[in-house]
Amino acid sequence: MIEIKDLHKSYKMGSNSLHVLKGINFSVEEGELVAIMGSSGSGKSTLLNILGMLDEADEGEYMLDDIPIKNLNETKAANYRNKFLGFIFQSFNLINYKTALENVALPLYYQKMPRKQRQEKALKYLEQVGLKEWSHHLPSELSGGQKQRVAIARAMVAEPKVLLADELTGALDSKTSYEVMELIQNINDQGNTILVVTHEPDIAQMCKRIVHLKDGVIVKDEKVKQVRATAHV
Amino acid sequence: MFDLERWQEIFDTIRKNKLRTFLTGVSVASGIFMLVILLGFGQGMQNGIAYEFEEDASTSVWAWPGVTSKEFKGLNPGRRIQFRNENYENAGMLFGESIEYKSPRYFVRNVQVNYGKESLVYGIQGVSGNFQFIENAKMAEGRFINIQDEASTAKIAVIGRKIKQDVFQGKVDPIGELITISGIPFKIVGIYTETRDREEERIYIPITTAQKVFNGADRINNMSFTLPPVENFDEAVVQAISFKDNLRTYLQQAHTVAPDDNSAMEVWSALEEAKRYFSLIGNIKFFFWFVGICTIIAGVVGVSNIMLIVVKERTREIGIRKALGAKPWSIIGMILHEAIFVTAISGFAGLIFSMGLLEIVGPYVEVDYVMNPSVNFNVALATVFVLILAGTIAGFFPAWRAAHIHTIDALRDE
Repeated sequence: MIEIKDLHKSYKMGSNSLHVLKGINFSVEEGELVAIMGSSGSGKSTLLNILGMLDEADEGEYMLDDIPIKNLNETKAANYRNKFLGFIFQSFNLINYKTALENVALPLYYQKMPRKQRQEKALKYLEQVGLKEWSHHLPSELSGGQKQRVAIARAMVAEPKVLLADELTGALDSKTSYEVMELIQNINDQGNTILVVTHEPDIAQMCKRIVHLKDGVIVKDEKVKQVRATAHV
Repeated sequence: MFDLERWQEIFDTIRKNKLRTFLTGVSVASGIFMLVILLGFGQGMQNGIAYEFEEDASTSVWAWPGVTSKEFKGLNPGRRIQFRNENYENAGMLFGESIEYKSPRYFVRNVQVNYGKESLVYGIQGVSGNFQFIENAKMAEGRFINIQDEASTAKIAVIGRKIKQDVFQGKVDPIGELITISGIPFKIVGIYTETRDREEERIYIPITTAQKVFNGADRINNMSFTLPPVENFDEAVVQAISFKDNLRTYLQQAHTVAPDDNSAMEVWSALEEAKRYFSLIGNIKFFFWFVGICTIIAGVVGVSNIMLIVVKERTREIGIRKALGAKPWSIIGMILHEAIFVTAISGFAGLIFSMGLLEIVGPYVEVDYVMNPSVNFNVALATVFVLILAGTIAGFFPAWRAAHIHTIDALRDE
């Protein structure tokens, strides 16, 4: 599903150049649940941004579902993001003046789906994350866990090939974190490919594979025995 | 444009920022308001001046005598110039080809005018038949003075509509009635109308009668001419100025007046004056447009500024939208749409308000040289285009900026 070869990325900070990714090689199969671990500054967020086509690599190859991701203009990148990727962020990133339902329906709006169809589909996904009754509430009326569920529903609604989650439990307490992870595991069980960036070992243990990143290189790539989140609840 | 979702987006943001949107709207509305009012007054001035010039034939040229102010050929300054029949006749002969109508005028002063027992206080002027055309007087009833009257020094009078109204008050038909001037009976043969009341308060009698009966000898108070109409305005002005200069030169020579003595006589051409006024109006109108456009620009900068702040505030939201697959043009469209919507609504409010004001108050404006200020449809249409353009400009830069915010930076924006 994802193929990365010799990926390099550096940021220019004035006259200094900060080499963040120093040759990353890795691939993800369909249906995997991968955790990318590392301390802050290890380059994990940069990697995720490149995977999410929010940022571009300086060097290296990136294939997503056998499509080379290279030299994209903004419009094309937007198109790919919309069709192939679902994002889940640490700070939820819901639009605060839109209801849960409208937030979930937004990616479909950019697919030019008719309004009615959009809302039906969004409602279906809200139901999947258990928030059907909350569909007409604004994000400010929801708890942190509920907001993240809305965000997950939004990431899922366009039926992307890969879900990218950046510290999705970073702003949540551990109980809520496990509930959210349970949802992520369920989605993965349905066959969806998911990448989770985290620095929390217990969250990483709930994935099927852990990629350790340190100073811009992969130091360890291991398959782990998945801990079901239900065990913690 | 007809995307319901997009409209909803705009209403959402507007609802979130009522005061800000309102203030922005006011700046645009006041810009349009000022522009329309200024343009309305420009038109009003044009109407007013056109009206001022309507009272006399547009190609008329007038000559009045004055008092010399310069010593010339041994003659002292301070000499009063008196035009005489001879001057008028010579002018007619010298410039005959270029004259359409001509008439001398003699003011009959210090005479008692009566209608029956009633005493009338109106000016009496001796003129020739063509004076009607020079003054642009229309005959309402009867006739004006004719050549026959002049030749026979007939004792007839032509009165203005105002006099008829004030003196006869609709009870008696004035035609055929007699008025006495210094005890001499004059028969009313016609009633004329003019554009203004004060010009309808005159009694015209034949010039020959005025000179003969009222001790005028061959003196005349002024002379007036009209030139044949020319299709092209500029040519007409050139013709009028050359005639005016020739007439002045002749009169100066006839009365031994220094060529540069401006107070000895006044020769005035309506066309030349009109041209001066029209070019003045042109300048004023240009100035009004300029000020108006500047006001709108100020409004546009205001809108632009506000939209920049909006973009700044919505940076994160724009980042989210881009992450979810919004294309740059959809972001530009969203911001532009909002800017155009705000400027259009407030601009139309300003337009309707100012046009309403002109429509209601305009007809009651009675100031010299300003008449019925109004805006014509084309100008209104032009302002609408200015408005849409303004909205587009106001929105474009913020929109461009919004579309090119880096997605990650936008998402990090707190």
